Amino acid sequence: MTAELFIQYLFAGITYGSMYAIVAIGFNIIYNTTGIINFAQGEFVMLGGMISITLLRFMPLPLAIVLAVGITMAVGALIEIVFIRWLKEPSVLRMVIITIGISILIREAALHIWGESVRSLPYFVGNEITTTGILGARISPQVIWVIGVCTMMVLLLSLFFGTTSVGREMRACAANRTAAILCGINTRNMVTLSFVLSAGIGALAGCVMSPITSTQYDNGTGLAIKGFTVAILGGLGNSGGAVAAGLLLGIIEAFSVSVVPLAFQEAIAIAILLLILFVRPNGLFGSKDLAGLKEF
Amino acid sequence: MALLEVENLQKRFGGLLAVDDVSFTVKQGLIKAVIGPNGAGKTTLFNLISGALPPTSGRIRYNGDDLGGKKPHSIAALGIARTYQNVKMFAGMTALENVMVGRHVRSRSGFLASMLKMPWTWSEEKEIRKRSVELLDLLGVADVADKEATSLAFGQQRAVEFARALAMEPSLLLLDEPAAGLNIYETAEVGRLIVRIRDLGITVLLVEHDMSLVMDISDEILVLSFGQTIAEGIPAAIQQDPEVIKIYLGE
Repeated sequence: MTAELFIQYLFAGITYGSMYAIVAIGFNIIYNTTGIINFAQGEFVMLGGMISITLLRFMPLPLAIVLAVGITMAVGALIEIVFIRWLKEPSVLRMVIITIGISILIREAALHIWGESVRSLPYFVGNEITTTGILGARISPQVIWVIGVCTMMVLLLSLFFGTTSVGREMRACAANRTAAILCGINTRNMVTLSFVLSAGIGALAGCVMSPITSTQYDNGTGLAIKGFTVAILGGLGNSGGAVAAGLLLGIIEAFSVSVVPLAFQEAIAIAILLLILFVRPNGLFGSKDLAGLKEF
Repeated sequence: MALLEVENLQKRFGGLLAVDDVSFTVKQGLIKAVIGPNGAGKTTLFNLISGALPPTSGRIRYNGDDLGGKKPHSIAALGIARTYQNVKMFAGMTALENVMVGRHVRSRSGFLASMLKMPWTWSEEKEIRKRSVELLDLLGVADVADKEATSLAFGQQRAVEFARALAMEPSLLLLDEPAAGLNIYETAEVGRLIVRIRDLGITVLLVEHDMSLVMDISDEILVLSFGQTIAEGIPAAIQQDPEVIKIYLGE
């Protein structure tokens, strides 16, 4: 393999990997405040892409993206308020079935609204054939956008959870719900907020990714599986682990193309998921003690 | 003036009357202890006051407000702080961060301001941090402020938990067996802390099994047995009360 080809694969891997990491972080945010896996996470990514494509007809690109992210966040809040909020201590299985149901509901609604056609946002800078040279390889500027936006999101999220009082309260809620209530925190609102946040980051990722991957009504399912694999690989609830695991999966997938046919790319994620669930169910970076405390 | 008034409170679990027609008041600025044998209904009483359980009948008034039907987090926001028998720290957060979460009910900035990092949230954040360090200092654990809370010694975790409760600036502090699991030195230290908390003007209601601690620090004692009030009064009177002696020593 030539050095240029290596760089090319590496960037492709990092691009897809940051996407998987964002979906996995979306899983983690909700998992941490509620202890449940929201299988509709991938649909937020699809919604972000689809809504911004539709809005683009009426307004400039930046505004369409901002509005699409806002609308998806509202959808996230709505889902929590309608389907989750009123449940009293639901079992894990019940929640899994509910979120899978929600994901099917959103997908079918999207099929109804946007049809089966494949759409995409235009490239933010230049077009499909614009490239910049990095270390001898030709990279699309959109790749830089994806990596940049995903990095920004991860940094902002860690700032939010680490230094703001609302972020601290969400972490408190995740660590010990009873104690959080004793501190006067309305834990139900924190759960709504966690849905809003993960819907928002999913939608933004969906927008920046759309020029490269295109958007279709059933994009969410595949992404949810990849994101779930990454979340498990990184250790459920561990967002630092999700970034590392996301990049790892993305890069493995990208380089696998040089060894096995492209059609098998999907199988690799599933194979990794199965392997991890058998060998290290707490993930590469998860601790057994911590996992013992969780219900899922 | 009575800060907390409990009137004919009753809690029934199926056929069991865990709290049976209990009435008492807690006066402002005092330490009041609730004692009684296991199963007397002490913890249930606390759960009723803090809103974790709804009463079957009866009334709880705090500062004149009826607490009936209020959610636990709103009761906390009204100024009733509570600690549990087993320490409940926020894992993965430092001792200081644990205390800072307690300031939640007293902070003004909403979600948006906090997200957008408005200038006033910066100064508020600084204020919260400063006040939280002061509280850790007051309870003698300022030196472990940056250690992860769950890694601390049990006695230190207890102190951090007190600091977190105090961060809410409560007027009433409910302590459920604060000396549980502590050795005699740590118990004596907790006793001193509770007296210091009262001297800050915070009313304390505690459930405790350690009789020497209760007799040392309490201003008033309420004795429960099988959900009913057996005696109420100052420690010296409780020690002489024949009913109480009968419960604790048998006939």
